[in-house]
Amino acid sequence: MAIASVAHTGPAAPPPVPPGRRRSLTPYLLLLPGIAWLTIFFVVPIVTLFGTSLQVPAEGGETGVFVQAFRFANYVDAVTEYWAQFSRSFVYAGIATVLALAIGYPLAYMIAFKAGKLRNLLLVLVVAPFFASFILRTIAWRQILADEGFVVSSLKWLHVIPQTATVTASAVAVVAGITYNFLPFMTLPLYASLERIDPRLLEAGSDLYGNGFTVFRKVTFPLSLPGVVAGTLLTFIPAAGDYVNAALLGRQPGTAMIGNVVESRFFRIVDYPTAASLSFVLMAAILVLVFLYIRKAGTEELV
Amino acid sequence: MTTTVTTPGGTAGPRAARPAPSAPALLRARRWLGRNALRIYGAVAFAYLFTPIAYITVFSFNDGGRSNLVWRGFTLKNWANPCGAPEVCSAVGNSLKIGITATLIATVLGTMVAFALGRHRFRGRTATNLVLFLPMATPEVVLAASLLTLFLQLAPIGIQLGVTTIVIAHVMFCLSFVVVTVKARIAGLDPRLEQAAADLYATEWQAFRRITLPLVAPGIAGGALLAFSLSFDDFIITNFVSGNVNTFPKFVYVSAQRGIPAQAYVIGAFMFFLALTIVLVADIVRRRRAPK
Repeated sequence: MAIASVAHTGPAAPPPVPPGRRRSLTPYLLLLPGIAWLTIFFVVPIVTLFGTSLQVPAEGGETGVFVQAFRFANYVDAVTEYWAQFSRSFVYAGIATVLALAIGYPLAYMIAFKAGKLRNLLLVLVVAPFFASFILRTIAWRQILADEGFVVSSLKWLHVIPQTATVTASAVAVVAGITYNFLPFMTLPLYASLERIDPRLLEAGSDLYGNGFTVFRKVTFPLSLPGVVAGTLLTFIPAAGDYVNAALLGRQPGTAMIGNVVESRFFRIVDYPTAASLSFVLMAAILVLVFLYIRKAGTEELV
Repeated sequence: MTTTVTTPGGTAGPRAARPAPSAPALLRARRWLGRNALRIYGAVAFAYLFTPIAYITVFSFNDGGRSNLVWRGFTLKNWANPCGAPEVCSAVGNSLKIGITATLIATVLGTMVAFALGRHRFRGRTATNLVLFLPMATPEVVLAASLLTLFLQLAPIGIQLGVTTIVIAHVMFCLSFVVVTVKARIAGLDPRLEQAAADLYATEWQAFRRITLPLVAPGIAGGALLAFSLSFDDFIITNFVSGNVNTFPKFVYVSAQRGIPAQAYVIGAFMFFLALTIVLVADIVRRRRAPK
């Protein structure tokens, strides 16, 4: 499965086994177009983003015209003004990541150990929702979770949630949407690391009188940690930067995430420097978090 | 789904429990549940994953008119005339055009990079890996914002937001995924096959074309499929760099304010079942061809 291979994305993949070929120009010629593309359209834009983040409005006062400066105070202004949206992004993404782990782990475990011949089919079915448009699926959830809809009224009828509860345009809806949308990103790497576990290790665990739970806690789970790390990162990173769920399921200022602010600063308010500083801070914050997390989780497999 | 997953355990269950016929039914039911809990959980989880798909499919048959929010009765007319709502088909056409172009470029460039990484020794491997990894580890909104700042600065030399800038952006974020997919396939190849070709006096190029390339082809096809689905479904980056060009996800997002026509649900359901069929057929073909 193509997408499953993304699961073990480690760029630190084992060094290749070149079949006795001398050093030549070939690898550089093969790399050139692809790496040039990434340099011009990924590395250079990060530089222009940083440049834009330091710009100031032009003297004439016309909207949307900015001149290059080195106003680092843009960052202070942007972060103080949008502190709430920043923390909300990280909190929502964090909760959604934990939920996705809780839902995805047993699912990946089931596919790896209990699915038998259906394994490949189930793996395809995990990614299959991606084939239906992301935006359409999010809108479908909006309708399914609508206050006047079947799900919420049944839950109210069963007194699972209070009669006065609203799900439409709430933080709950946003977190639920993020959890759903990024669940496959969690499940695939978990599956990949569970599937690689040598079943003999689990047998050894039970031979040594470990009961089911002990074997899981002492053998299976530690061996699946690389998958947990990869899955949480692949879920958390896009979740923290997402603004579609907040825009379609939240629909109110109280659930706006940082992505919503970046979007509206670019297109509605035409304030490029603020939008650029916010994006840059988001990227830096995520890189720092990822770095700390990987160090703490103690796996070298992703960097 | 439910039945197929639980059947193996279900048939084995009663037989295993038979030696103890005195065991109360409740206990047996509990044991059965204990043994099949994970399978039942799996069925529920898949039901959850497919809930919105079911909703999209059902509402693609809704006689709901322009907003398609409440069920108004079954009709086939949306499927018979998917272009019936204004803009739907032109948006889909743009998405297809952009998706195909971006997939072609990303697949060719990505495959070349994958071969360099998988088959050659060279200086700068770490830097190459980093440049490939970072776009996948950067939130989309940051990629989108940074590309937009680049294109805005290039505006004075005549770069305008539109199909070209969308294709540029899509190739950028699809490339790494193609590289990862193709590289995995190359890594799984048996190097002895190429050595055998060399032993049989094949030139390097002949060995590549006749042996290596056909063996890597499924990986390239997988990478291309992945690139196309990423490109076709992308919203955030496209929204930033598209100017006034409409794509299918952008069309759906914008119409969400006033109600999405049922035809959009038709396109969504159709793409889903088409892609699922392609993947499943490819899987069956692969299994048929597998060594017996």
